[in-house]
Amino acid sequence: METLLAFVIGALVAVAVYQLQRRDLVRMVIGIVILSNAVNLLLFTLGRMTRAEAPLIEIGAKLPPEGSANPLSQALILTAIVIGFGLLAFSLVLVYRAYRSLDTVDAQDFVELEFDDA
Amino acid sequence: MDADLLLILPLVLPLAAAVLALLFRNVPRVQAGINLISMSGVLAASLGLLAIINEQGIQAFASGGWPAPFGIVLVADYLSVIMLIVSAIIGVAVAVYAIPNIDTERVHFGFYPFMNLLMLGINGSFLTGDLFNLYVWFEVMLISSFVLIVLGNTEDQLAGAVKYVMINLVSSLFFLTGAGLVYGTAGTLNMAELSLVLNEVESSGLVTIISMMFLISFGIKAALFPLFFWLPASYHTPPAAVSAFFAGLLTKVGVYAMIRVFTLLFTQDIGYTHTTMLMWVAGLTMVTGVLGAAAQNDFRRVLSFHIVSQIGYMIMGLAIYTPLALIGAVFYIIHHIIVKANLFLVSGVAQRLGGSFSLKKLKGLYAHHPGLAILFLIPAFSLAGFPPLSGFWAKLVLAKAGIEAGAYGIVAVAIAVGLFTMFSMTKIWVKAFLPGSSEPGAASENGTPERTPMTMGTRLMYVPIAALAAVTIMISVFAGPVFDLAERSANELSDSSAYIEAVLGHEEPAADPYTRLDLDRRSGGVHAR
Repeated sequence: METLLAFVIGALVAVAVYQLQRRDLVRMVIGIVILSNAVNLLLFTLGRMTRAEAPLIEIGAKLPPEGSANPLSQALILTAIVIGFGLLAFSLVLVYRAYRSLDTVDAQDFVELEFDDA
Repeated sequence: MDADLLLILPLVLPLAAAVLALLFRNVPRVQAGINLISMSGVLAASLGLLAIINEQGIQAFASGGWPAPFGIVLVADYLSVIMLIVSAIIGVAVAVYAIPNIDTERVHFGFYPFMNLLMLGINGSFLTGDLFNLYVWFEVMLISSFVLIVLGNTEDQLAGAVKYVMINLVSSLFFLTGAGLVYGTAGTLNMAELSLVLNEVESSGLVTIISMMFLISFGIKAALFPLFFWLPASYHTPPAAVSAFFAGLLTKVGVYAMIRVFTLLFTQDIGYTHTTMLMWVAGLTMVTGVLGAAAQNDFRRVLSFHIVSQIGYMIMGLAIYTPLALIGAVFYIIHHIIVKANLFLVSGVAQRLGGSFSLKKLKGLYAHHPGLAILFLIPAFSLAGFPPLSGFWAKLVLAKAGIEAGAYGIVAVAIAVGLFTMFSMTKIWVKAFLPGSSEPGAASENGTPERTPMTMGTRLMYVPIAALAAVTIMISVFAGPVFDLAERSANELSDSSAYIEAVLGHEEPAADPYTRLDLDRRSGGVHAR
């Protein structure tokens, strides 16, 4: 299962890197979304895959039963998803605002904008 | 006061201030007051924390009562508290400066709340003792800075912000990947415990690869070569108060994180990570930054490129990795934050008086505003490392450390870059402060423009500039005590046992049942301790 997921993550990263290299800003945002999902899957995989059993600690015991699911990596992903969602919403609005003001979403135009004033 | 309370005050105060400022959305004066109180409060709390650390050593606070390594700990050692104090000084200075500098429209759209949230993120990054929590604080800092950099919606700002946002999002994902890999390898995210566990990982090559993930991520945040291009593309676009705050603090949080992980966590393969990678990166950062600055004609773009080149000096201290070099790095950060933020504040006043940030349009400020000229010269000379100002001492320590360690190449680069820095500062001086050549159509015959009347607002903007210049002079005159402080911090960084003991206590920490058990079953994994 871990091997399979490793390939899935690799494929997602490849797609994301391809998108990030496009000149279209919207595609770059999409690339970042895919990349962040790939990283979330990576976090999930690194928390070790087990047949899910709720990590409930028996009364009197100090550790959850062996073979239960790892709650920490899920908590990490949950945090990362929430943060990623906020950042995605912000960057979409930013790209839209930039498009309304500057009338372009081409990364090359943004490079030229920088050197205009110099 | 109670140590635990002082530890959380730098987080609670800005958070409370942000919420309060939101409630007074339509009353700019109240917001400005809340902001000033919050920043001063953070400064007072940080100074109190320094006093406690002086007496009792490193302070750790387990949030929520969950003992380390299970809960998230806040840790204040000398490095953290030095960073807290210096950033709080900038916070107070910018809080005063912002009153005349930030227009009411920007205040209505939430300048003060986001300024406090940014401060919250910065302080959190300095205080946390947990790697994933550091990621969260970075994001708090990042999203507030995103808002501040576009606030006002001018075309320049939008164009700069797009670059700033995109590259920083990628950087965060590198950080998250690194944090995930660390957890997968070591089974913990608590930095003190990681410091112990990472040394026991058998496949040390993997640890080095993970450390490069952090180098890339923090390298983008700290604007290291070759990852710095977003910085000069965006820092000159927002109002001077915002860019001064960013210039002083944001990249330095990246440097802080870099120092933290490359002294506490990744010291397994110093020959590669420090002596090779960091050393080259430091040298190239210094050179490209200073050369880039020479080609610029905008006050703040010149300064932005100099941030890049100065970051190189701090990383140089980390790369040499002797106690003296670490002292140099910490001293350099203290000196640099004050000086660089001050130069950006000066640029804002120059823009107000001269009508532009462009060095082609500015001229003759010295004739009518000699006070501003002197206040520019103090940080500018200090930045270039002119004796006896603070930058000179910082560079001296670094150069001495480099020579002692036999790293002659980097010392030569550092000295040459210092000279070029002098060139850039002279360029700003000549173009903005001395009378321009009397071309036809110049404002008056000798090239000196008409005197711009000083308003109350402009006078108020002088106050933080003068105060920060005074701090620079204090660091120069009392270089000894500051050096002592940096030395104590460097001692803690060189020997992390005090940090580990403060966080974990004497007891052997219990193992994380998931990854640890799993790893033990594998041959290449971590051995049980």
